[in-house]
Amino acid sequence: MYDVAIIGSGPAGLSAALYTSRANLKTLVIGKDRGALEKADRIENYFGMAEPISGCELVENTRTQARNLGVELIEDEIFHISWENGFQLEGKEGAYEANAVLLATGTGRQTVKLKGIQELEGKGVSYCAICDAFFYRGRQVAILGNGEYALHEMSQLLPVVQSAVLLTNGEPLKVQAPEGVQVIETSLASVDGQEYVEGVTFTDGTSLAVDGVFIAMGSAGAAELARKAGAMINGRHIQVNEGMETNIPGLYAAGDCIGGLLQISTAVGEGAKAAMSMIKFVRTVQKSS
Amino acid sequence: MEIIEITEQNFEKEVLNSDIPVLVDFWATWCGPCRMQAPIIDELAGEVSGVKFAKLNVDENGSLAQQYRVMSIPTLIVFKEGKVVASAVGLQSKGAVKEMIGV
Ligand SMILES: Cc1cc2nc3c(=O)[nH]c(=O)nc-3n(C[C@H](O)[C@H](O)[C@H](O)COP(=O)(O)OP(=O)(O)OC[C@H]3O[C@@H](n4cnc5c(N)ncnc54)[C@H](O)[C@@H]3O)c2cc1C
Repeated sequence: MYDVAIIGSGPAGLSAALYTSRANLKTLVIGKDRGALEKADRIENYFGMAEPISGCELVENTRTQARNLGVELIEDEIFHISWENGFQLEGKEGAYEANAVLLATGTGRQTVKLKGIQELEGKGVSYCAICDAFFYRGRQVAILGNGEYALHEMSQLLPVVQSAVLLTNGEPLKVQAPEGVQVIETSLASVDGQEYVEGVTFTDGTSLAVDGVFIAMGSAGAAELARKAGAMINGRHIQVNEGMETNIPGLYAAGDCIGGLLQISTAVGEGAKAAMSMIKFVRTVQKSS
Repeated sequence: MEIIEITEQNFEKEVLNSDIPVLVDFWATWCGPCRMQAPIIDELAGEVSGVKFAKLNVDENGSLAQQYRVMSIPTLIVFKEGKVVASAVGLQSKGAVKEMIGV
């Protein structure tokens, strides 16, 4: 059990980790890649950059700094967060437990924009297989996705539904689909239904009848993780107060995933603020146990 | 006001035949967001009069969930004179719930 688990190893997550680790909290940082800075060639506007350095170098430097301070850094992709006497994180490589969790996953880039998706949300369009599988017992469903996250969502659905199809919406399939699951790689034109989802139409004019469409494109972004845990979100952004606290005690968010300026400086500042709140929270938990 | 537990047995009496509007919170124990919705409903029940607040466990009352085509929880439905007048899927803020019940 960690005191603090941080999802995201970008500026927000690592900044928070520097503080929590220095406060002697057992800190885990989980990242799946280098985040937004991977593609930033030159950082010129951040404090202390006498000579510009690349985004990758900046992240690598901070990772080393964090490790030197005792932070545990691991590579994994988190699919799900639940809470019951602390938090449980479910990832591709393993499961983790912590008293406090910080969401610092950056901006979820892959929002699927398709005719019908927004209108039919909660009426057959779902963003959470584990939450909604119950309502699709014996029905036909489609999972929209092409990676590990889609497989995770599918594994929640397969035991209860009659059939499941994987739709990659024109993207290449990055994983091996489970045996017996049909994969359709054609791009989608729309999700159809008058009042409730009745099917999907592809750009080649063909269609497929389904009762539900589960969205799991790319990896689980902050909004998906937050939504599944029960944190308030506002569009794609997680709602927090000044202390970076969400509506769930012990769950925090910082950086690009809460919106705002979307710069390294703000992400680092918010990470620090979140760390202060987490330190206070964990100390209270420790005292009462 | 107290939160009423709705079942298949009392649904007609407590919801459809109610003299005042009823807000029904469709929930289940395994649903994280539902656990965040509940305290918001509790709070409103303590503040608002003239509206009945109720919760319905979808695991135990599957046929009602099906009848009202609940496909994701939390789902909130407001009934007035036996008819659905408002519904919302996903965790709703206190302000959003107030709007649904018109206070
Ligand atoms: C091309 C480019 C150039 C930029 N140039 C500048 C600049 O010059 N100056 C500046 O101030 N800002 C710049 N920015 C913006 C800056 O990169 C971001 O504001 C900043 O990186 C946000 O930090 P963050 O920690 O919130 O998110 P990110 O840096 O995006 O980090 C997100 C982290 O979350 C992880 N993650 C996400 N989902 C999961 C999951 N499900 N499981 C596990 N881990 C997950 C990722 O692997 C990553 O480690 C630039 C951005 C881009 C794209």
